[in-house]
Amino acid sequence: MIRSTARRLRLLWIVALVLAVSGTAWGVIRAFSDNMVFFYSPSQILAGEAPSGRSLRIGGMVEEGSIEREPGSLTISFRITDMGESIPVTYSGVLPDLFREGKGAVAQGELQNGVFVASEILAKHDENYMPPKLKKD
Amino acid sequence: MLAELAQMLLSLALATSLVVGLYGLWGVTGGGRTELGALSGQLRSTSTLLFGLVGIAFVLLIALFLGSDFSVRNVAENSNTLLPWPYKIAASWGSHEGSFLLWVLMLAGWTAAVGWASGALADGYRARVLTILLLLQAGFLLFLVASSNPFERILPAMPEGRDLNPLLQDPFMVIHPPMLYMGYVGFAVAFAFAVAALMERRLDPTWARWSRPWANAAWAFLTVGILLGSWWAYRELGWGGWWFWDPVENASLMPWLAGTALIHSLAVTDKRDALKSWTVLLAIVTFALSLLGTFLVRSGVLTSVHAFATDPERGIFILSLLMVVVGASLVLYAARTRDIGIGGSFGRVSRESFLLANNVLMTAALGAVMLGTLYPLFAEVITGRKMSVGPPYFEAVFTPLLLPAAWLMAVSPGLRWKESQLADILRPMWMPLLVTLGLGVIWVLLLGPFKWLTALGLAGGLFLIWGTLDHARKQLAKLAGTGEPVALTARMRKLGTSYWSMVVAHLGVAVFIIGVAMVKSYEIERDVVMKPDETVTVGDARFTFVGVDRVMGPNFVAQHGVIELTTDGRTIHLLEPQKRMYFAGEQVMTEAAVKYGLFGDIYVSLGDPLQGEGDTIGAWSVRVYIKPFMAWVWVGCLMMAIGGGMTLFDRRYRFRRQAAGAATNTATDPAPTAMARSSGQGA
Repeated sequence: MIRSTARRLRLLWIVALVLAVSGTAWGVIRAFSDNMVFFYSPSQILAGEAPSGRSLRIGGMVEEGSIEREPGSLTISFRITDMGESIPVTYSGVLPDLFREGKGAVAQGELQNGVFVASEILAKHDENYMPPKLKKD
Repeated sequence: MLAELAQMLLSLALATSLVVGLYGLWGVTGGGRTELGALSGQLRSTSTLLFGLVGIAFVLLIALFLGSDFSVRNVAENSNTLLPWPYKIAASWGSHEGSFLLWVLMLAGWTAAVGWASGALADGYRARVLTILLLLQAGFLLFLVASSNPFERILPAMPEGRDLNPLLQDPFMVIHPPMLYMGYVGFAVAFAFAVAALMERRLDPTWARWSRPWANAAWAFLTVGILLGSWWAYRELGWGGWWFWDPVENASLMPWLAGTALIHSLAVTDKRDALKSWTVLLAIVTFALSLLGTFLVRSGVLTSVHAFATDPERGIFILSLLMVVVGASLVLYAARTRDIGIGGSFGRVSRESFLLANNVLMTAALGAVMLGTLYPLFAEVITGRKMSVGPPYFEAVFTPLLLPAAWLMAVSPGLRWKESQLADILRPMWMPLLVTLGLGVIWVLLLGPFKWLTALGLAGGLFLIWGTLDHARKQLAKLAGTGEPVALTARMRKLGTSYWSMVVAHLGVAVFIIGVAMVKSYEIERDVVMKPDETVTVGDARFTFVGVDRVMGPNFVAQHGVIELTTDGRTIHLLEPQKRMYFAGEQVMTEAAVKYGLFGDIYVSLGDPLQGEGDTIGAWSVRVYIKPFMAWVWVGCLMMAIGGGMTLFDRRYRFRRQAAGAATNTATDPAPTAMARSSGQGA
C-alpha cells in the first residue's frame, strides 16, 4: 500500500515534469512563430510573394533623389530599390545615422496598398554594409 | 621592425605552446613514465613564458598604434593621426586581428595565473589542467598567425589611416572588449579543470572547489563586460535602447546564462558532491558557448552592429577549432560519464533541488535565446530565405522563464541541504510574500492603469530583497545565540565572504528586476520636431530647444544641440546632445545627452535638421525619452558582478598544499582509486 502510494507520487511528479517541459516548449515555439519576420527584396514584393497584413522586412538601397520630407514634420518618404524594382516607403520618426541616399537600408513594417509603411528603419552601423543580395551582383 | 619582432614573438609562442602542450599530453597520458611533479613545474614555467611573449607582442602592437605606423595594415585600417591617444591604444583591440591577439593574451594570462595559483593541487591534475590550457593557446595562436596576423605589412605604406570606427570612440567602449574577453576566456579555466578531471576519472568535491573561484571570476568579468556594452549602446546608438536582442548581444548572453547555471551547480557539487555529470557538462557547454560567441561575432555569419571586420575563411577556422575542442571534450564526457556517476542524491525539497531548478530555468532561457539567434541562420542556409525574430519573441519567452527565479532565489538560501521541509520554510514567509505582492500591486496602481506583469516583477524584486536580507538577519541572530555575545562585525566575518557575496549578487538581481520592470513599463519615448525656442512637455519634464551650433572636436566636427530641461518649473539642467561627423570616412555618430537620476534618466538625442520654410527654419528632429529606474538596471548588474568578484576573497579558496593534499596526493596515476571510489558511490 505504502509502496504504491510512493510509486503513484513519483508517477505524478514525472507527469507534472513532462507537462511543464512540453508546455514550456510549446510556449517558446508559439512565441517564435508569432514573431518571425521574413525579409523580402522589392522585386519579390512586386511579384506578390510577400503577405500583406503581416510584419515583414524589406531591404535594398535608398534610391538616389527619392527622399522627400514633409516640411516641419517627421514624416519621410523614399524608395527602396534592388536595382531592378523599387518600392515606395514611408516612415515617421528619427532616422538612423547611416541612412543616406545610395546606401543600404532595411525597413521593418507592413505593406499597405503598395506602399511600405515602416515602423522601424534599421541602423546598419557600417559604412561598407550592403544587403547580401546586392553584394553578389 | 617592431612589427617583425612581434611576429617572431608570436611564432615563437605558437611553437612553444604546441610543443610543450603536446609534450604535456604525452606525459599525462602515461607516455615514458614522466615524473608528474617535474612536468607540472615545466608546464607552469612555460605558461609564464608564453604570457611574457604574447604580452610583449601586445605592447608592441600598442606601440605601433601610438606611433601611427601606417605600413601595418591593422594600424592603417583602424587608426588615424588625429585619433586621441587613449583611443589609439583602444584601437589596438578594436579590429578583428587585434581583438584576437587580446583574446590570446587573456588566455595566456589566465593560464599563467592558474600556473601560479595551483601549487597546492596534486601534480598529475595540475599537469593536465595546464596541458589543456596550453593546447588551447596553441590552437588560438595558430589561428592568429595563420589567418589573422595583426602585424601584417602593406607596401607602400598608407599616408593616413582610415580611423577607428567612431562608434568605438568612447571611454567605456575602451574597456568593454577586455572585460568581455576576460569573461569568455576565463571560462576556459573551468573547462580545463573539468576536462582534466574527466581525463583522471576523478570528479570529487576538490575539483569543484578548485573550479569555483575561477568560474566566479570569469562570470563577474563577463557580467561587467555585458553591462559596459549595454550601457555603451544606451549612450552611443542614440535611440535609447539598452538591449536589442541583437545576435551578437545574444552571443554574449548565452555563455552568461550557462555560466550562471555553472556557478550554482558547482556550489552543489562542491558542498554535496551531487549533480556531478551535469556540472561537468555545464563547464564544457559554457566554454563552448564562449567559443560560439566568438565565432558568431567574428565569422561574418551575422551582419550586425559588431561584425565589423569579418571574413568567411576565418569563420571556418574558428568553427573547426570549436568542433575540435567541443567535440573532443564531449566524446570524453560521454566515455567517462558512467565512471563519474551522478553523485549524491537529495530530496525533492532541498537546497540542491532548488539550485537545480535555477539551472533548469537558466538552461531553458539559454535554449530559447539559442533558438532565436541560431534558427534564422540555419533557416537561411537551408531555405535561402532571410528571416529574423525580434525583441517581442525574446521578451515573451524570457519573462515567464526567469521571473519565477526571483521567488526561488528568495526561498532557497533558507533551505537545508539534502532534505528540507517546504512547510517549515514557507510558514514564516507567507506573510512577507503577501505583503510584497500587495506592495507590487499598490506600486503599479499608483502609477496608472494596472499591469499585472509589472506588479509581479516588482513584487518578485521586493520579495527577493526581503528574503535575502531576512535570511542574513537570521543567520546573524543564530550566531549571536550560540554563546557569549559576539560583536556584529565578528559575526558577519564568521558567515564568510562567500555568503555575503551571494547576498550582494542576489540583491543585485532584485534591483535589476525592479529596474527592468519599471523602465519597460513606464518609459516614454517621443520623437518630436523642435524649432528654436520651442518647448515640448513630456511627463513632468519641459524641454526647451535653444538651438544648434557647430563645435570642433579632435577628429570630428559636431552639431552641438542645447536643450534646457525644466522640471517643477525651475531650470535644472542643460542637455547637450551632439551629432558628430568624423573626418575619416565621413561617418556620422549620435552622441546622446543623458541626465542620470536614481529614479529615472532623461535622455535626449539629435535626429536630423529639417529643411523647413518660414518659421520652421532651424528645426530638428529630436528624440526625447524618459527612462524611469534606468540606473537600477546598471546598478543591479554591477552588484551581481561585485558579488561574483567578492567570492575570490573567501578563505575557503586559499588553498594550501596539505589542505588539498589529503584528497589528491597520489602523484603518479590516481585513476584506479578514483574508479573504485566512483563505482562505490554508484552502487
